[in-house]
This record gives sequence, C-alpha cells and structure tokens, in this order.
Amino acid sequence: MTAATSANAIIELRKVGKWYNSYHALRDVSLTIGKGEKVVVCGPSGSGKSTMIRCINRLEAHQTGHIIVNGTELTDDVKSVEKVRKQVGMVFQNFNLFPHLSVLQNLTLAPIWVRGMAKSEIEDIAMMYLRRVRIPDQAHKFPGQLSGGQQQRVAIARALCMRPEIMLFDEPTSALDPEMVKEVLDVMIELANEGMTMVCVTHEMGFARSVADSIIFMAEGSIIESGSPAEFFENPKSERTRQFLGQILEH
Amino acid sequence: MSKDLSPPPSTVPPAGWAASYEEEPSQASTPPSPYGAQGGMTSLKPFGWAKDNLFNTKLNTVLTLACLAILWFAVPPVVSWVLLDATWLGTSEECRAGAGACWSIIVVKHRLIFFGTYPYDEQWRPFLACALFVAMLGVSGVRAFWRPGLAVAWALVLVGMGVLMWGGVLGLTHVPNDKWGGLPITLMLSVFSITLAFPLSILLALGRQSSLPAIRTICVGFIELMRGVPLVSVLFMASVMFPLFLPEGVTIDKLLRALAGLTLFTAAYLAEAVRGGLQAIPKGQYEAADALGLGYWQKTWLIILPQALRIVIPPIVNQFISCFKDTSLVTIVGLYDLLTAATVATTDPEWRPFFAEVYVFAGLLFWIFCFSMSRYSQWLERMANRYNRR
Repeated sequence: MTAATSANAIIELRKVGKWYNSYHALRDVSLTIGKGEKVVVCGPSGSGKSTMIRCINRLEAHQTGHIIVNGTELTDDVKSVEKVRKQVGMVFQNFNLFPHLSVLQNLTLAPIWVRGMAKSEIEDIAMMYLRRVRIPDQAHKFPGQLSGGQQQRVAIARALCMRPEIMLFDEPTSALDPEMVKEVLDVMIELANEGMTMVCVTHEMGFARSVADSIIFMAEGSIIESGSPAEFFENPKSERTRQFLGQILEH
Repeated sequence: MSKDLSPPPSTVPPAGWAASYEEEPSQASTPPSPYGAQGGMTSLKPFGWAKDNLFNTKLNTVLTLACLAILWFAVPPVVSWVLLDATWLGTSEECRAGAGACWSIIVVKHRLIFFGTYPYDEQWRPFLACALFVAMLGVSGVRAFWRPGLAVAWALVLVGMGVLMWGGVLGLTHVPNDKWGGLPITLMLSVFSITLAFPLSILLALGRQSSLPAIRTICVGFIELMRGVPLVSVLFMASVMFPLFLPEGVTIDKLLRALAGLTLFTAAYLAEAVRGGLQAIPKGQYEAADALGLGYWQKTWLIILPQALRIVIPPIVNQFISCFKDTSLVTIVGLYDLLTAATVATTDPEWRPFFAEVYVFAGLLFWIFCFSMSRYSQWLERMANRYNRR
C-alpha cells in the first residue's frame, strides 16, 4: 500500500483480521513498511490503530492473515514472538516504566536478562541513550520522581537500549501535559532522522507532516487511505478522511 | 474560653463524635483534635485543653464522664491484682492467702512452660537453640545482613539447633522429638511453616492466574479446599489420615506431619493475599515486560512480584501472625507447644487455682512475638515502598 517494495519490506501485514469476541477490530488490514520508513497512523478512537500496532509485536494476537516482521512470521510459536520482540521496541501512551527500579535499572534490565549483556557494558550504553534523550542526571532516580515528559523519554531510551530495528509508538504524547509534548517529539524527530524504522500512532499532525514518509488513516478497523503527508493533508481522497482532518485541524 | 463559639452538637455531629472518639484511649497526652478546638486557640494548659476538647459540648461532657467512670472502676482493681497485691516469690500457701495474682507459679513452673517435657537436666539445650533461633531471626531482619552469607549462617544455625535438640552426637544424650515441647515447638513450627508456605503461596497465586486450565484448576481446587476446612481438621488429616496412605513401614514424624498441615493451610491463605497483589499490578507493566522480550519467569520475578509483594506486606504479615498463633492448635494432635505446656503447668494440684496467671503469661509471650512481627512489618513497608516517595 505504501511506496516501499516488498523487497526491502521490514513489516508486512497481509489481510490481517482480529476480533474481540464478536467485535471486529481489524478487517483485512494489509500494509507494507520498508526499512527506515516512518509511518504515522491516525484515525478516530476505536478505529483499530492501537490494535494494529500492538499486533506487530504480538501484544495482541491476530486471528486471520499474516504478519511478517523482519523475515519472521508471527505465529502461536513462542520462539517467533520472542524473536520479533527482541527486534521491536515499543513506547506506550502511559510510559509503563517499572516504578520499583531506578531509571538506569529500567534501561539495563532487558539487555541484561534478554540479551545477556554484561552490566558494565550496558550501563555505558544506557547512559549514552540517557544523554541522547537529555536526562543523564536523572539516572538514579525512580520513575515516580520524574515528570511525564521525562518518563516518556526514559521509556524511549529503554526501548532503544535493546537496539531494535523497529520502534512502535502507541500515542506517545497523549498522556502528557501540553508543555511536555515537544520534548518528547523532539527526541522522536531525532530518532527518525537517524533512519530508524518507526510506526507511530499519534494525533500530532505537525509531527506527521514533518517526519512521516506516509500517513495511514484508519476507521472502523480498516485502512481507509494512505499516502504521503502532502497528498494526505492537501488532497485527501475519501470523504471520511476529509471529515476527520476537518475535526482535528479546525483549531 | 471558646465554649460559646463551638457549635452545638446537633449542627455538626461529626465534629463532636470525632472529638469524643479521640479523647478515649488516653487522656491528656493525646494531641488536641483539630475538630475539638473550633474557633478558639487551643490552650497548652491541661485545664484549658480539657475544657476545649473534653467538655466542649454536652455530648462530649457526658462521654468524658462515662469514660472516667469506667477507668475509675476498672483500673484500680487490675493494678492491685497484677502488681500491688501480687505474690511474686511465695509458696502456693502464701498465694492462697494473698488477694492478688500469684506470679510465683510462673517462677516455679517456667521451665515446664518454656520447654515442656524435655528432660529437665538437658533444658539448657532447647534454651540455647531458641536463643540462637531468635537471634538469627533478628539478624535476618536487618537490611545490612541481606547478603549470601546469611544463607550460610542460617544453614549453620539450623544444623546447630538440630544437634542441640536431638543430641546423640558430641556427647549429648539423644532426645527424641516426642519429648520436645514448649517454646521451641511453637517457634520452629511457626517459622518453618511460614518460610515454607510463603514460596508455595506465590506459586499457588501464580498458578491461579495461569492460562493453562489444568494448573489453574489444581491451584483453585487446593486453595478452596484448604480455606474451606478448619485448621483442626487439616491437622487431624495430616496426623491421622495421611499415614494410612503411606506404604507399610514408612512413617513420617508427627512433628513433620503437623508442620506439613500447617504449611499447606497457611499457604492457601497467603496465596489469596498474594493474588490480591498480583491483581493490583497495572496491565501496562505486563505489556512493557512483554514488549521488551522478557520471558514469563523473568517478567514475574523481576517486574511483577517485586511490586505485588510490596503491596501486600500488610495482609501477608497478618497471615504470618495468624499462623504463629495457630501453632497452638497442634495440641490436638498431641504436640506440646507453648500453650499446651502452659496448660500442663496448671494441672499441678498444688498450684491449680492459679491457671489465670499462667494463661496471662502465655498470652504475654505470644503477644511479644506477634507485636514484634507487626512492628517489623511497618518498618519493612516503609523501606520497601520508598520508591513511591517523591
């Protein structure tokens, strides 16, 4: 659906379907994302955008169709799930930092236990990432002592410490006070400029316009429209998209 | 002073109730209630304070006088029975002549209460074992000692205790464990059953949340069975019925059977407390751990349990205390715990009238251990939840 050819595709969804009991959450969603591509997913609430992104690292299991991430198809096999999760970092709306661990321990936990890295080695790397998200001085505090914006930047650094190929963002700025949105978006923009493959569910249209290679609009569990930011904002094809853009851009 | 400014009780009943509630436990040492001194400065002088807080409304005046009356009638007799009229070192005849408590029975019978039927001349051995055990428990509570060496120390202490209690080596005479009794039984049963029940309860709580139906059913079935049956029946089953299922010639020690019964019973209750903690952990914590690629046991051990157990320290310690007291029920399977030994001490015809003193003393011993646990849990809670501080 996007410009990427399937030769360099890193994420591929083919006719993915998902139900919550009788509720049809995803309807034949097909999507190809190339390496290094930045995709912004938007749409009204309940449109299935979060469900889709959570299917990519199998926090939710899809029921029909295929999802292939960096050459591994996600199945009920635990090994395939583990392999994909090692390569995919995720940032949540509510940060989901581990409150009983210090910031530095939050960053080093998974590399030590999942990747088997030495503590001293990963601590250096973790400090490097904390400098990149501009909060190295908070390394020994607990998450509860940080502001929302700082916590979300820690969450990004935590995901990066696993050296992922792909980063998923599930409404990363929706739980933040307005004055903290920018500090998180700045970090995400830097990440995008470094060539990370990113899939981002967000309503930050300014971010979408400046960073995204393509924008996907979802409604009622289906992809309604996708295209480059220019096309999407200047010349939306479907009535549903125009209506949505009208609602979120009118202020 | 401010009497005329205080509203009548009918307009603000909560204030009147709150004030009268706060004054009850202790008199002048209670800090002034924020509700009691409405409208006026609270005087630091006792008289002014009492006027502001104890006699500020009609209702409070009545309640204050009622409390004073109860104290007037209750305290002096208790004090004279416990202290003033008590006989401390006399004979049983002197006790019978006296009006107060007969603490002499404790002095005379303390060896029996503490060590039961353990051979009299060897009672320094259970004493030493208990002292070691309590000291070790104290040391284990101190954070600075939480390091691998502690496990080694425990292993040595347990071996040492075994040698002391059983004997048969190092020139100590052998004392079979059906001769043991009193404090060592109570301490060992409670500490060992708590120590064994705790990890078991975590497994049960995790199993109850398992996505595998077989494991879930087994755990739910076990917990509901144990919770649905009185401890007395569990102990009976462990003691009487369990040996029937064992092959001919295989016997398991009576003490061990009681320990197993107590452990399983406590584990079922603890499991429900732990489950409460597990359920309090937000879904996002599980998801974040999953997204980072942590496996089930890593997620449970590193992320979920450390948070869940901190939340449920109060109900867990509650269960520990309950278990400690429940050990007194092992008397029904013929074990001599502290309370049973105390009861035996009262059967001496010479001292029979003074059973109340013995039970007060036994109660005090139980209270000391339970209250220590309670205080320790408060410290533990503060320490464990320090990350919540801002």
